[in-house]
Amino acid sequence: MADPATQAAAPEVVTPGARPSRVPASLRGVLRWLGVVPFGVYIALGLIAPAIAIAIASFQSSSGGFVKTSSGFTWSNINTALHGTYLLGLKTSILLSIATSIFPGIFGLLIAYAIFTAKRGNLLRQIVITASGVFANFGGVPLAFLFIATLSTTGIVTGWIKAIFGVDIWDHGFTLYNATGVFFVYMYFQIPLMVLVILPALEGLRPAWREAAQNMGAGTWQYWRYVGGPVLFPSFLGCLLLLFGSAFSAYATAEALSGGTIALTPIQIGALLNGNVLAGQENLGYALGLIMVVIIAIVMIIYTVVQRRAARWLR
Amino acid sequence: MSALVKAAEKEGHLNVITLPSNWANYGAIMKDFSAKYHIKITDANPEGSSGQEITAVQQLKGQSRAPDVVDVGTPFAVEGANDHLWAPYKVATWSNIPSNAKDANGDWYADYGGYVAIGYNPAKVKVAPTSFASLDNPAYKNMIGLNNSPTTAGAAFAAVYAAALANGGSFGNIEPGIKYFAHLKQIGNFVPTAIGGPTTVQNGTTPILIWWDYLLASEVKPVVPGFKIIIPKDSTYASYYDQAISATAPDPAAARLWEEYLYSTTGQNLWLAGFARPIELPTLVANGTVDKTAYAELPPAPSGALTFPTDAQSAQAENVVTQNWATQVGS
Repeated sequence: MADPATQAAAPEVVTPGARPSRVPASLRGVLRWLGVVPFGVYIALGLIAPAIAIAIASFQSSSGGFVKTSSGFTWSNINTALHGTYLLGLKTSILLSIATSIFPGIFGLLIAYAIFTAKRGNLLRQIVITASGVFANFGGVPLAFLFIATLSTTGIVTGWIKAIFGVDIWDHGFTLYNATGVFFVYMYFQIPLMVLVILPALEGLRPAWREAAQNMGAGTWQYWRYVGGPVLFPSFLGCLLLLFGSAFSAYATAEALSGGTIALTPIQIGALLNGNVLAGQENLGYALGLIMVVIIAIVMIIYTVVQRRAARWLR
Repeated sequence: MSALVKAAEKEGHLNVITLPSNWANYGAIMKDFSAKYHIKITDANPEGSSGQEITAVQQLKGQSRAPDVVDVGTPFAVEGANDHLWAPYKVATWSNIPSNAKDANGDWYADYGGYVAIGYNPAKVKVAPTSFASLDNPAYKNMIGLNNSPTTAGAAFAAVYAAALANGGSFGNIEPGIKYFAHLKQIGNFVPTAIGGPTTVQNGTTPILIWWDYLLASEVKPVVPGFKIIIPKDSTYASYYDQAISATAPDPAAARLWEEYLYSTTGQNLWLAGFARPIELPTLVANGTVDKTAYAELPPAPSGALTFPTDAQSAQAENVVTQNWATQVGS
């Protein structure tokens, strides 16, 4: 996935041959590629090889036995993965991921802007940045338990609200144990994540640009509409994509909160591959994995197209 | 028997696998066996799963560190038998094991297990539950939990199966169990967290927990004062683990002696002391040889013979739960 933090960087000016060199041109080409070999190997082993393995396994029928005799081409895994509870899982996963990238995206941007406008070295600014780093990486079962301990029916905060306002929020439709609850809990790590990734882009906005705009009579709205907004927009999109990926693959938190009552694709893959209940349907899990890869690929393509349009003026 | 002891002592070694020392009292069992017969036990991968036991038997074949005996869930025991991984053996007390809890040929045999039970903390649950039907009560709002999702955890899946039996379902029809939990969810009684356990009982998230009786007794009861465990009177669903001897065991005599020891009164009572119900418990009770203190810790066993779903029935039920749990119970 693209690192959104780098999106705001000015376009690199490549001027081949600008540096005087005695290395022959052909060898220089080889040397230039040599530098990316470690990265290429890393991508090949960590991303491409597993993706191919998943793609192959998705089209194999699995035998129920322990002696793995996967063989024979079949569409049945893909077919099952696109029907019934698995289709519902894909829909819910996509909707939840969109919701938990757009809302935290906007909130995170506002918070990041507030930090950006604070003076460098400001204590609060340091605290917010450090705290964001901590919260953005807090997830899984501990996070689910944190919310259960504070906001479940017997949670501490639920008790305080009851004691202070005389209202039991759980009697008024509040719940942690459905998609809305999971959405709520995801905010906990998605907003700080957005703050962290959008901040470098905001810092790329030079004060001189604003001053120049003001000198030419631009108001705040005009500055954001014609200068700040267009500069930030490609990075903002990249950050949303990162949030989407983060929510789309999140697993343990939703599982701990919902006990499988919310159909989500990563949870279903977990049940197929690691569970103690379903046996011999691993290939269906691979098929679901392949579909997730395809969805992320589609999102990446859309992102690239939109990003190109948004950044056209940069070229 | 004395010839077996002699042969086993000559081997002087036994390889077991995935036996946690705090699970079903295995720590004490292994220690006692070693001391009694001067046989050194190697316990590989204590926290592993049934699937990993099977893999080890297949992959370590021919090596001196290959597992001699396994303790696996029934589907794995059956699959292993189909793949000819086990050496048939009938312990001296073979006839005390119910015929539907063992392979007729002696490939595998149930060792210990328990029933789906309802545990509750009387400090928070004022009306004592007695059955699945009794849980349909507004007094239990936001109280009832499973240990995990029935699409991933065997115990939670068993709870849905048990609820099906209580609501007109059968081993061939788990649907009423799903409907039952959907109803409990709808009226607000069912808390669908996947982290049900001692902590959620303690902090009040799920003061009522449906789980295996032996796990409620060993994991929740010690940390929740006054915790009560009952087997629902409208449903008895039991599940047992199984013993089997590897066909390629490097220490075949020690493996057979281990089985004889496990199915002796001593071995059976040691399991019971770890809150697991040994398969020959009814015999021990009838003979008066049962460890009475340990026996009193578990809820009384329901009368009647043990019944189990067939493999085909389980497989079908698994698919039904997987397809319908989220759509029916989720909102």
